[in-house]
Amino acid sequence: MCGIVGLFLKDPSLEPELGALLSDMLITMTDRGPDSAGIAIYGGASNGKAKITVQSARPEADFDGLEAALTQAGLPVSLTVKSTHAVIACAADALGAVREALTKLRPDVRVMGSGESVEIYKETGLPKDVVSRFDVRSMSGTHGIGHTRMATESAVTTLGAHPFSTGADQCLVHNGSLSNHNNLRRELVREGMRFETQNDSEVAAAYLTAEMAKGKDLGEALTGALDDLDGFFTFVVGTRSGFGVVRDPIACKPAVMAETDRYVAFGSEYRALVNLPGIEEARVWEPEPATVYFWDHEKAA
Amino acid sequence: MPVFDLSNTPLRALNGALHGLSTGANDTEFEVVNPRGHHAVAVGIDSPVTVDVRGSVGYYCAGMNDGGTVTVHGSAGPGVAENMMSGTVVIEGDASQYAGATGRGGLLVIKGNAASRCGISMKGIDIVVHGSIGHMSAFMGQSGHLVVCGDAGDALGDSLYEAKLFVRGSVKSLGADCIEKEMRPEHLEKLAALLEKAGVPHARPEEFKRYGSARKLYNFNIDNADAY
Repeated sequence: MCGIVGLFLKDPSLEPELGALLSDMLITMTDRGPDSAGIAIYGGASNGKAKITVQSARPEADFDGLEAALTQAGLPVSLTVKSTHAVIACAADALGAVREALTKLRPDVRVMGSGESVEIYKETGLPKDVVSRFDVRSMSGTHGIGHTRMATESAVTTLGAHPFSTGADQCLVHNGSLSNHNNLRRELVREGMRFETQNDSEVAAAYLTAEMAKGKDLGEALTGALDDLDGFFTFVVGTRSGFGVVRDPIACKPAVMAETDRYVAFGSEYRALVNLPGIEEARVWEPEPATVYFWDHEKAA
Repeated sequence: MPVFDLSNTPLRALNGALHGLSTGANDTEFEVVNPRGHHAVAVGIDSPVTVDVRGSVGYYCAGMNDGGTVTVHGSAGPGVAENMMSGTVVIEGDASQYAGATGRGGLLVIKGNAASRCGISMKGIDIVVHGSIGHMSAFMGQSGHLVVCGDAGDALGDSLYEAKLFVRGSVKSLGADCIEKEMRPEHLEKLAALLEKAGVPHARPEEFKRYGSARKLYNFNIDNADAY
């Protein structure tokens, strides 16, 4: 059992409240997953900048002097530390070089995610503690997804927490368990994907990244997942401008969605949605099995 | 009339009050406000009490109901009226998966749609859905009636025993050992009574088809020995 929440804003006036709304949704899902929690927030327009969210088991040692060290290496960055995580902002075209430099300067630092707009924070512990240590409430953005974890397939560690990000501005949260992840991981490794964990959900994330790298959009990649992934899943997926949901054909992992003129929201349970503005008038429905739902800020415009 | 506001009252206070009613009690009309998706609202009722829930509920609402009348003025999460013994549960909105699962008696009315596995392993309950139902509904249904005024999803009545299924719209697919059966006068009569009890407007029993067990899975068949 895990809890999933997601919020995709249509009304820009809600953007300053994204972090607060998602935080409340996530905390409501604590009893579905008290082991760990994570959240991905998409911050909107990037103006040629990129961000890398990194995590360290020894933040003082790893983050002190990192900004200066990268700048000295010819890569001007600004670094913002939030507890065990830090966000490194750099020029979009320097993203690859900064990630490469990181592996040499701070080999123990783990990259949680990177891209033009995503920031990812995840840790073990209760959702309310995870939300407050990263000050998620104060964050604004266009869309975001979150996860509360009750571990089944791999260890309770920071890296085993969701969301999983395996491509620029892409991330995935999962409720369920996959049964063909080992085989699929081998195939994806052969295609050049890299894995940080033995976790089944990371394989699903990498699968979608690999499919989208071949030119599919999020909707097409999710449709492919229905054929290629075996097991139980409700996925909520984020991209730079999009937000998607898919459930396996058996659909025993719960899901509720709500849509108004101002937002599209996802929750493992209706409880997670009850504090959203205008929920009383929202269209509330249960997503159909084996059916892909996705919304895109750029395609909607 | 006792009113329980679940935004400031623990669920246990509501359920405790419902369980504490003695025979002949006067205050038997309960109202629940601000349910906000709470789990296990009004479970374990064992007296002829009336409960009106003003809003949507989470898992297992009105589970094990024995004689109560529970109306949810909203939608219900998974497992509503699970293992009902007797009484009536009405959902004004939609119901999530396995509504009425394992129910042994009583009437469950869903005025919207029901999701997958509606009436799974039903054992005597009557379920009337004004809208449509999802896949694997009435799986292993043993007795009782499932009436669907809309459509049914995949694998309706898989491994069915003697539950009787009536569907007015289309059936996406029938499950193993479930077949369409002749609608005889006694079925039309029973269906008319259920539609009336469930307040279904504008649906005539003649518009429905009946589905039931082909009874081929009841006994060991030596020709299938290789499959075991």
